[in-house]
Amino acid sequence: MINRSSRPWYLAPYYIWIVLFVIAPIALVVYFSFLDLAGDFTLENYANFFSSTYFRMTLSSFWYAFLITFISVLIAYPTAYWLTKTKHKQLWLLLIIIPSWINLLLKAYAFIGIFGLYGPANQLIQFFGAGPLQILFTDFSFVFVAVYIFIPFMVLPIFNSLDKINPALIDASRDLGASQWTTFRRVIFPLAINGVKSGVQAVFIPALSLFVITRLIAGNKVITLGTAIEQQFLVTQNWGMGSTIAVFLILFMIIIMLLTGPKEKGGALNGKTK
Amino acid sequence: MAKLSKPAKIYLALVFFVLYAPIFYLIFYSFNSGGTMSGFEDFTWEHYAAVFNDTRLLIIVLNTVIVALLSALISTAIGVLGAIGIIFLRNRKMRNAVLSLNTVLIVSPDVIIGASFLILFTMVGVKLGFASVLVSHIAFSIPIVVIMVLPKLQEMSSSLIDAATDLGASQRDILTRVIIPYIKPGIFAGFFLALTYSLDDFAVTFFVTGNGFATLSVEIYSMARAGITLTINALSALIFVVTLGLVLGYYFFNQRSGANAGTGGTRP
Repeated sequence: MINRSSRPWYLAPYYIWIVLFVIAPIALVVYFSFLDLAGDFTLENYANFFSSTYFRMTLSSFWYAFLITFISVLIAYPTAYWLTKTKHKQLWLLLIIIPSWINLLLKAYAFIGIFGLYGPANQLIQFFGAGPLQILFTDFSFVFVAVYIFIPFMVLPIFNSLDKINPALIDASRDLGASQWTTFRRVIFPLAINGVKSGVQAVFIPALSLFVITRLIAGNKVITLGTAIEQQFLVTQNWGMGSTIAVFLILFMIIIMLLTGPKEKGGALNGKTK
Repeated sequence: MAKLSKPAKIYLALVFFVLYAPIFYLIFYSFNSGGTMSGFEDFTWEHYAAVFNDTRLLIIVLNTVIVALLSALISTAIGVLGAIGIIFLRNRKMRNAVLSLNTVLIVSPDVIIGASFLILFTMVGVKLGFASVLVSHIAFSIPIVVIMVLPKLQEMSSSLIDAATDLGASQRDILTRVIIPYIKPGIFAGFFLALTYSLDDFAVTFFVTGNGFATLSVEIYSMARAGITLTINALSALIFVVTLGLVLGYYFFNQRSGANAGTGGTRP
């Protein structure tokens, strides 16, 4: 090993980065959360956060994030499971991942057209005899688009952990007389639970903090924590309140990460979690 | 290996259809001579012509590419050196602390990164624009590079370095002629990811960009808020082709060089 004692010079930029862009921003957010509009020290922002308006917003943000995560798991699990059984599974997996590399805004924009009053979704509804519906700017469209965007991030970690299961275990379970369902419930599911956990982690936190989709797809029907932060920082210019919400979002994030356990290596990282 | 049952096949087909339909829907209507995304009239290239005739848009594309390349290059350099530093940290606690600090920006939601960087730049007095966007992109790309490079460093046997030292190599030689060639696949993976993170980013840029400077994502956002223009469709078709080229190129490059970072994680 080189350099047992002296700190080599080439580490300097990395440490400067940690101080300037990891520690300082968090410290600044915490500091600003105690400031009012005039820049004086106050606890008002925190009092505000627990007032009914913000409390309700937080609850609804959690509800939507839960809904999005839950539906994503429901759709992604069978997808991942059956993908592991295909012949060229890595290629199929790549095909699942490719849409996640397409810019989020373009996907959201596509849905503005699809869910529009004259778009294909409404044409389908009219084909079945119902009148044109307002789909855009509803909470349905918000959840749909969010699930659409997060599916690859959910499939990838679940696929990876399912793929790691030793097939001998499944054969053994069958030989011992377990039905297919029992094998799934008692063998496959527990062994792949880590993949589900990292998928939940990769979806739930971004779902709390989404603001592009809320603006473009949900109109102002849905306000997530992320939308509220963006609103406070860029529209109302109340950085203090924005920072307070950010502090809570960070806290929620830490709690969720503790609940879902250590991130599986190579899980969500390979796709993009933004 | 059990063969897929029919319902399974139908289910997978449905998932793939839903995943790709919106993208192809966008591309399909980029050739529509009517002005909307419903009711295809005639085939036309006019929206593509509009993209290439819009100087402002082309400048924005150029900005986006410059920011992406510069930020990927700089963050790769800093990240690689940082990863080497982390590997050689003897103190376990210290190493874990640095590793946790490294992951902070990876797991943080974009809004928080954007908002906190906005505060930071305003406090330091950096003018919002090209510089603040570039610096932010470098900042959020560094940890990804570190994560991509670390496994390669971990699998490198320390006897390689001992051998180099015994043979009289200087520290610099060890770095440039032993370590860096060994971890090259990790460096490429990190660079590629940094590039795509930068190209893809909207939220952070949205916060730290001033009035005079825009990247493609920010521009698309303001165009999309104004309503449907098929110029965006043409633009997205072009972006889709470029993205697909990049991803497939990277995938096959990886397949050939035998490294499997970036697509499916490590296989048993």
